[in-house]
Amino acid sequence: MDVAGMKENARRVRLDVLEMIRAAGSGHPGGSFSAVEILVHLYWNVMRIRPGDPEWDGRDRFILSKGHACPALYSVLARRGFFDPGELLTLRKPGSRLQGHPSMRDLPGLDASTGSLGQGLSIACGIALGLRLGRSGSRVYCLLGDGELQEGNVWEGAMTASHYGLAHLTAIVDRNRVQLDGAVSGVMEIEPLVDKWLAFGWDVVVADGHSFPSLEKAFEHCMDTDFPSVIIAETVKGKGVSFMENTHLWHGRCPDDGEYEKAVAELLGGER
Amino acid sequence: MSRLKPTREGYVEGLLEAGRRNSGVVVVEGDVSRSIGSAAFGEEFPDRFFNLGASEQDMMAEAAGLALAGYVPFVSTYAVFMAGRAWEQARTGVCYMNLDVRIGGAHGGISVGPDGATHQALEDIAVMRVLPNMKVLVPADSNQTRAAVLASLDMDGPVYIRFGRNPVPQVYPVDSPVVPGKGNLLAEGGDITLVACGSMVAEALDASKILAGKGIRAGVMDMVSVKPLDEELLLNQASLTGAVLVAEDHQVTGGLFGAVAEVLVSRLPVKAAAVAVMDRFGTSGPPEVVRKMYDLTSSAIVEKAERLLLRER
Repeated sequence: MDVAGMKENARRVRLDVLEMIRAAGSGHPGGSFSAVEILVHLYWNVMRIRPGDPEWDGRDRFILSKGHACPALYSVLARRGFFDPGELLTLRKPGSRLQGHPSMRDLPGLDASTGSLGQGLSIACGIALGLRLGRSGSRVYCLLGDGELQEGNVWEGAMTASHYGLAHLTAIVDRNRVQLDGAVSGVMEIEPLVDKWLAFGWDVVVADGHSFPSLEKAFEHCMDTDFPSVIIAETVKGKGVSFMENTHLWHGRCPDDGEYEKAVAELLGGER
Repeated sequence: MSRLKPTREGYVEGLLEAGRRNSGVVVVEGDVSRSIGSAAFGEEFPDRFFNLGASEQDMMAEAAGLALAGYVPFVSTYAVFMAGRAWEQARTGVCYMNLDVRIGGAHGGISVGPDGATHQALEDIAVMRVLPNMKVLVPADSNQTRAAVLASLDMDGPVYIRFGRNPVPQVYPVDSPVVPGKGNLLAEGGDITLVACGSMVAEALDASKILAGKGIRAGVMDMVSVKPLDEELLLNQASLTGAVLVAEDHQVTGGLFGAVAEVLVSRLPVKAAAVAVMDRFGTSGPPEVVRKMYDLTSSAIVEKAERLLLRER
């Protein structure tokens, strides 16, 4: 799909997310918005999937390790045809398949249940080990938050991926630089990030996480490497709504009526 | 009873047989494969053996991933780390998705001996038992451990299998069935019911003989399936004797005694007590000596059984 179409998809997803969180009365807009272009690019341009046959053996796998960004993933799955977009507004409600954090036993299209930070990369590695053992050609993608990298479990998984040479595994770090309590650098610094991943034996590529051409280049690079690869996607927390950007205050907050109207107007308004 | 043999040997025998029967069986290890003996699986099936080093959290989540890819992973290391360090990975990564992961808890109980409190898993049954979807098996000897491993191949969802390092007497012949939710009544008795699991089953059988010499008829029940618990057998025997004494190499809180007490208190309140580790840490020493220090012996069972029978309620 061309860049204009992708931008329109991204705008649609952000509007969905806003409406879903508004209807739910809670959720995580900041970290959902920062991940939108990454998810849209993966599900429209990169991953081999069959929305009508979500458990197709030959599919590529995606693990949302930063599970709190699931409103964006749910929107992408619905818009991609895994389920009816009409269901999106049931997010977080009793009986909904759209749990507050992703539950694969409830919703088609999810490759794992996530939400407990730090586990996703190891789960993705385990899937990658299994796929290789079964001589599958499928690839595995895993989206991590940057604050999440403070979890020790992430680096255990990073060692395993490198030790077993899982070149068909690509991690993406949503590097929005803000976590629940404030700036990542202030809460618990994770830099030097590129050096860390390099030191763990990964192929590292840095991308603009809101630019489709930049993401395309980065993912293409990851297709052709002998190592597990990680894309450090430089992003903006709350991207797309001016007053939600670059602040921890919108990590997990629902907009009130006025804020909602203003946010929708901004998203409908222009390129940004 | 025949010669002594550690239950970990039964675990490894079971793994090898499981690997031969089912090409989907894979083993995830954590740098103790020489200690547990599971390295033998890696020698026979090198492609299906993953030693991930000392990284229990990663091991558990990798096992979840392997199960998601269609395999049946047996993930094992010392129980104190497998059940403890990786508990939340077991909870959210394995049980929430109800994955076919088999978790081997090695070096269970105070019977580990000289390694001391850090390596003596005394809480693993409790913390595994509280997880939805999880089954908990605590076999009594090496034959039953082998059978538990093989039986787990036919079970759905996660299974925790606890075994030990110290040699224990064989209670069962080879290929005795292990069925989730089924206990085994090893001795009939009308005065008191001894409910045991793991290494305490042999002690309970010994205690039953000693008690018989004193004119007390003590039944012995092996609760190899701590979860699901054989409530029917328990209630039958409890209603027969009116006195239940639980014996386990585990903290007195939350383990088999907890499971038994939960059933009795809600359905048939009878006199009950436990021979277990009394809410304290273990210590170094030869296994037999440490078991004596902590009253995990047949004579401790005899003494507590006699006292329980004298108790009003």
